[in-house]
Amino acid sequence: MARIGVFVCHCGRNIAGTVNVLEVAEKARKIKDVVFATNYVFMCSDPGQQLLKRSIEEHKLDGVVVACCTPTLHHSTFRNAASQAGLNQFRVEIANIREQVAWPHEHDKEIATKKALRVIEAAVKKVKYNLALEPVKVPVTRRALIIGGGIAGIQAAIDLAEGGYEVYLVERTPTVGGNMFRLSETFPTLDCPQCIITPKMNQVAHHPNIHLYTYSEVIEVSGFVGNFKVKIRKKSTYVDWDKCTGCGDCTQVCPVKVPSEFERGVVTRHAIYIPNEQAVPLVATVDENVCAELRYQRRVKEGKAKPRSKPVCSRCVEVCEVGAIDLTHPNEEIIEVDVGAIIVATGFDLLPLDFFEEYGGGKIKDVVDALQFERLLAPSGPTDGVPRRLSDGKVPKRVVWIQCAGSRDPEHGMAYCSRVCCMYTAKQALLYKHAVPDGEAYIFYIDIRSNGKGYEEFVQRVREEGIIYLRGKVAKIAEDGNGKLRVFGSDTLVGKPVEIEADMVVLSPAMIPAKGARELASLLRIGTDEYGWFKEAHLKLRPVETVTSGIFIAGAAHFPKDITDTVSQASGAASKVQALLSRQFLEREPLIAEADPEVCAGCGYCVNACSYSAVQIDPIQKVAKVNEALCEGCGACAAACPSGAMSLRNLTKPQVMQMIEVMTSEYA
Amino acid sequence: MKIPYYPGCTLKSTAKEFENTAIAAMQVLGVELVEIPDWTCCGVVMPLAQDDVMHLVAPARNFVRVQDMGEKRMVVLCTMCYNTLKWAAKRLEDEPDNLETINAFMYLENDYKGGVKVYHLLEILRDEIGWDKIKAAVKNPLRGRKIAPYYGCLLLRPRGIGIDHPENPTIVDNLLKALGATPVKFARRTTCCGSYQAVNRPDVVERAVRRIVESAVESGAEALVTSCPLCHFNLTEAQKRITSKEPNFKTIPVYYFTELMAEAFGVK
Repeated sequence: MARIGVFVCHCGRNIAGTVNVLEVAEKARKIKDVVFATNYVFMCSDPGQQLLKRSIEEHKLDGVVVACCTPTLHHSTFRNAASQAGLNQFRVEIANIREQVAWPHEHDKEIATKKALRVIEAAVKKVKYNLALEPVKVPVTRRALIIGGGIAGIQAAIDLAEGGYEVYLVERTPTVGGNMFRLSETFPTLDCPQCIITPKMNQVAHHPNIHLYTYSEVIEVSGFVGNFKVKIRKKSTYVDWDKCTGCGDCTQVCPVKVPSEFERGVVTRHAIYIPNEQAVPLVATVDENVCAELRYQRRVKEGKAKPRSKPVCSRCVEVCEVGAIDLTHPNEEIIEVDVGAIIVATGFDLLPLDFFEEYGGGKIKDVVDALQFERLLAPSGPTDGVPRRLSDGKVPKRVVWIQCAGSRDPEHGMAYCSRVCCMYTAKQALLYKHAVPDGEAYIFYIDIRSNGKGYEEFVQRVREEGIIYLRGKVAKIAEDGNGKLRVFGSDTLVGKPVEIEADMVVLSPAMIPAKGARELASLLRIGTDEYGWFKEAHLKLRPVETVTSGIFIAGAAHFPKDITDTVSQASGAASKVQALLSRQFLEREPLIAEADPEVCAGCGYCVNACSYSAVQIDPIQKVAKVNEALCEGCGACAAACPSGAMSLRNLTKPQVMQMIEVMTSEYA
Repeated sequence: MKIPYYPGCTLKSTAKEFENTAIAAMQVLGVELVEIPDWTCCGVVMPLAQDDVMHLVAPARNFVRVQDMGEKRMVVLCTMCYNTLKWAAKRLEDEPDNLETINAFMYLENDYKGGVKVYHLLEILRDEIGWDKIKAAVKNPLRGRKIAPYYGCLLLRPRGIGIDHPENPTIVDNLLKALGATPVKFARRTTCCGSYQAVNRPDVVERAVRRIVESAVESGAEALVTSCPLCHFNLTEAQKRITSKEPNFKTIPVYYFTELMAEAFGVK
């Protein structure tokens, strides 16, 4: 005879506003096996938990159903409370009467009340047959992997390394630094990023606890929290980085020119290149896709060209004094590492210019994106900090900024606000006025969002410098034959169309996830939202965690963020990782699959159904065996099993059938 | 090659030179424009302004004429006729119910079975003849002539009806290059000329034309070229009105693209 207690939560008005909680608690008492039922305004609060504990002891409960919000929010809260009162935590079930009852049925209170009781009864049926399990203990590998070497990855790496943990920092490009390294100055303090990020870049390169892998990619991730196995591909650079001194002689003699990724295409780089003078590590890399010699070699391999006795080009090899370059052997390496936690910090990109056809994006050279203009303003950039037109190299005398290009635009672009454009356009306009004092700056905006410490004051200061703010959108940019750009917009404050003859236009394109983010998400088995931003476990309360335990997110890979927020989030993720890695053992949910060897025929359907390679057919016994460490408890095998031998612990077929029976019975 | 050709009202009245030069120039390229017998008004933009099937009768009747010729396509010169006919053809194609209603109404005509394709002459030049062949036919290249293509609105919009990219059109620029001229880009090449405001609000047209002409002149253009008789009318007439008030206003001539073709081919 089971002794089950039911606790109905009001969740303030969230549930009680729709469901008659008093009636539900009263009727729940009459459900078979229920010996006690009550209600309380906030079950998750401390008095609520005390009520739960007291009731378990007083009524000698051997099972508990809490009717409240979704189990992802407070299942663990009530499990902990119950185990403090001496009840096995797996004898606690949640009946979700908020998301699944109160919220969707808020216009029909009667039905909602009936349905709430139904959901509770189903949970009672389930908990009655729940086994009192013990968590599985697994050891923790006390190392972390960080994917992405921008300011988010750098900050997280330093925090962890300083905390005494070993870190693998993987960056896809040849240098760390990310987008912040491209900026001219940062708002609102006008710090030069070179002064504030380069010391940190050097720190990650030289810290004894940090293993830095640039020009590398994560290609495989397996395992689970505390015990991930990761494969890192170090791409071929054709340069021995141990020998390379970063002198740059090779880059001077290379005849191949392609747009520089670091400079956002404002200038070109060579096939062998160092992204920037302050790059970390300061070494040369050969781009095998554009190097003339390597391309020829590939064509020979494909049978499209005849082998030659002499290389097509070997100027870089000849000029290198330390003999670091070898174009004959790819030096790709696959490195396997074991880590306990992973931080994803892959950052953002901008909506490409050719998305903006009405602005002549990608066609009109002097319509640039904001990161290109950052390079044009950067004192260490290709124009020494004085902006110049990309078409003719002239200093622009009239520049127009267009905010919200593709942001806050559900029809044409992205529905969200990119959050940093208001601030950086103000900064760029100010820096432009400093560089070109007789220049005119116009900014088209929808709203000015300056909600950070010192931000509003900064925008006010910029306005006072004579920068003209026009509230409205730009419809079209057209090129005049004389090299001028005609900007057709509107000023919604005076209600009139405006037309500006400009020398240059700077767009603030919507921020979008970095290239390859979705692929990485599927590699890591973590979620993304509709735009491809990595999804947090809970927007308010677990913003740096993903639903996959042991994997965390930091920076703009999560959503557009400024540097302040990015650094805060990176430190937050690092401290979460430290808390995780500081433990000797981790407890894993025992709610996983189990095969009954008496029934199993060894057909192997479950092996095919498993996405985690957790099921195998025992070669001697010829029955399915589940690996406790790998099983995620998804239930795919149990569904696939033709004989019913495979089942999920505490979600067995009889339990599910009884719940279905309750849920599908006629309402009285 | 013979193609059924739909002139429309203006080509027979105010824009005669458009028709004459088109026929002559196309002859040089080996294309005979065969006037559709007994054609009627295209319906102007009226059938597009209202959701009224009856207004599709005028375009449909012209499609029946093409069908009676045993042909499947027609070429149009006037941009406005092109836009109206193309859109009407699409509506009859997409909504077969309309076709049934209209056929029942036009009981004296043969039934329109659908399927007539509407082309602008520029599309034929680009897609069937090709710029190379046009270049080869040039006898008097328009070398050194800086001419600005004025696209206007109806040739490019809406997407699916327009014959080129609505924001960054190139078709007339390419034609000019083939003829040896230097095409001049200017900011207002796809803006409105004022259209029918010529009737009620000539001041609106004047303002629009002033901006177009100024923008073209500033960009270094010596002439404008268009494919629309209404644009041509507005651009020429408004320039006259402006100069009558402001003698110093810098005017430029306006050509139909076929006039320049005929000139380059030596058949003007």
